[in-house]
Amino acid sequence: MERHFEKDLNELKERLLWMGSLAERSVHQSVHAVLDSDEQLAKRVLEEEDAINELQIEIDDRVVQLLALHQLMATDLRFVLAISRINNDLERIGDQAVNIAQGAQRILRHPRVKPYVDLPRMSELVEEMVRNALNAVVRRDVDLAHKVLATDDQVDHYRDQIFRELLTYMMGDSSVVFPAFELVLAAKNLERIGDHATNIAEDVIYIVQGRDVRHPTVDRR
Amino acid sequence: MHASVRPAVSVNIPPIVTNAATRETAAALAMRMTVSKVNFFYGTKQTLFDINLGIAANKVTALIGPSGCGKSTLLRTLNRMYETVRNARLEGEILLDGKSILSQDVTALRRCIGMVFQRPNPFPKSIFDNVAYGLRINGSKVPLSEAVEKSLRRAALWDEVKDHLHKSAYELSGGQQQRLCIARALAVEPEVLLLDEPCSALDPISTAKIEELLVQLKDLCTIVTVTHNMQQAARMSDFTAFLLIGQLIEFNPTPQLFTTPGDPRTEAYITGRFG
Repeated sequence: MERHFEKDLNELKERLLWMGSLAERSVHQSVHAVLDSDEQLAKRVLEEEDAINELQIEIDDRVVQLLALHQLMATDLRFVLAISRINNDLERIGDQAVNIAQGAQRILRHPRVKPYVDLPRMSELVEEMVRNALNAVVRRDVDLAHKVLATDDQVDHYRDQIFRELLTYMMGDSSVVFPAFELVLAAKNLERIGDHATNIAEDVIYIVQGRDVRHPTVDRR
Repeated sequence: MHASVRPAVSVNIPPIVTNAATRETAAALAMRMTVSKVNFFYGTKQTLFDINLGIAANKVTALIGPSGCGKSTLLRTLNRMYETVRNARLEGEILLDGKSILSQDVTALRRCIGMVFQRPNPFPKSIFDNVAYGLRINGSKVPLSEAVEKSLRRAALWDEVKDHLHKSAYELSGGQQQRLCIARALAVEPEVLLLDEPCSALDPISTAKIEELLVQLKDLCTIVTVTHNMQQAARMSDFTAFLLIGQLIEFNPTPQLFTTPGDPRTEAYITGRFG
């Protein structure tokens, strides 16, 4: 027997996926504003932020309504709780993209510090993490979620490498400190986006298996 | 690489309008029934005080409140069922499609406003004859068997009974009997269906079936249900009225009433902190 709240659940998922698509695009545009020195892309990210914020509020409203009106159980309950958390992660991803876009606008006022090598690799990895995390939500795909989790260390590694490299540039030539520091911040923001994708992947495992894989060191006896 | 199965990206996110109940207000909808300044008395004892309420067409309206709050009494005013009680008296006005129900022929009125009770009360007849009963009395435009099948299908009972329509209705389970009573009420195509605690004698699965049925039936008619189970009101209604000692405390779209109630007494009741 299909329950009528399944329609509401599907709508909730659909809205979350819209939000995911917007967040994913913001990340792509903000990084390419830096990489391709494209000011227009940076502007677009700032313009599109409102749409993500509006969706965050709408999705929250829907979650509250579903919890208040339907006594959701088991997988339905986990799904709605996880969506509430994923909603926050996506909004934060949007915020980090805005930070990168604003950084891009500042970076573009300066000559390029150096050819970008690690930053495009790192951004590709992070974009893939976000994309895979969202696809894992859609397909309730635990394997794909684990793939996202496994990628996080690589992203952290790139962040450290970019930081070390830019530090040597800054130490050698103080005139590049400003744009180089902005690039460090961009890498930091990208790394945070990866963390949010990781959170989403953990939520997928929670939805499907009911297992909380966050903080493995916490004793749950 | 996994192909994306998500929507193509556009900032112009299409709004989903099917969730409109959240934003609906009673004022913006067509009203099937209007209750104005209704006071009700059993003898000298007043049990309803100045009730004003609009019943929106093709929606489910739930009446909730603690025992003795007057929710069943209010329901019974809507088809003048209270007239079967001696010394019962109603003041005020109740309109059905703009016409006073008090000035209409009561039999014709109850044909327009069907009712289903707490305990399933099929007639001691066959399944078929239970549904055909009202049709025989009122005369059916379509062949009887066709009309009976239609009603049983609408009540989501057809598949379970189609092979033994001539068995006694008493052989059905409680949940099936209740759906049979709904089919019997639907057979004469009422405009409004009143239900007084329709699931309180049923198990959870039968309850879920009735709830799903009522949500579907609102396309056909307007539904008013009394329930002491507020989770049920939350699950299946579009509007909820909360009554307390004969007074209408709050009447709002269900999502609003159960997430941000406007009256502290409603809040106390729905959060179980009442009394």
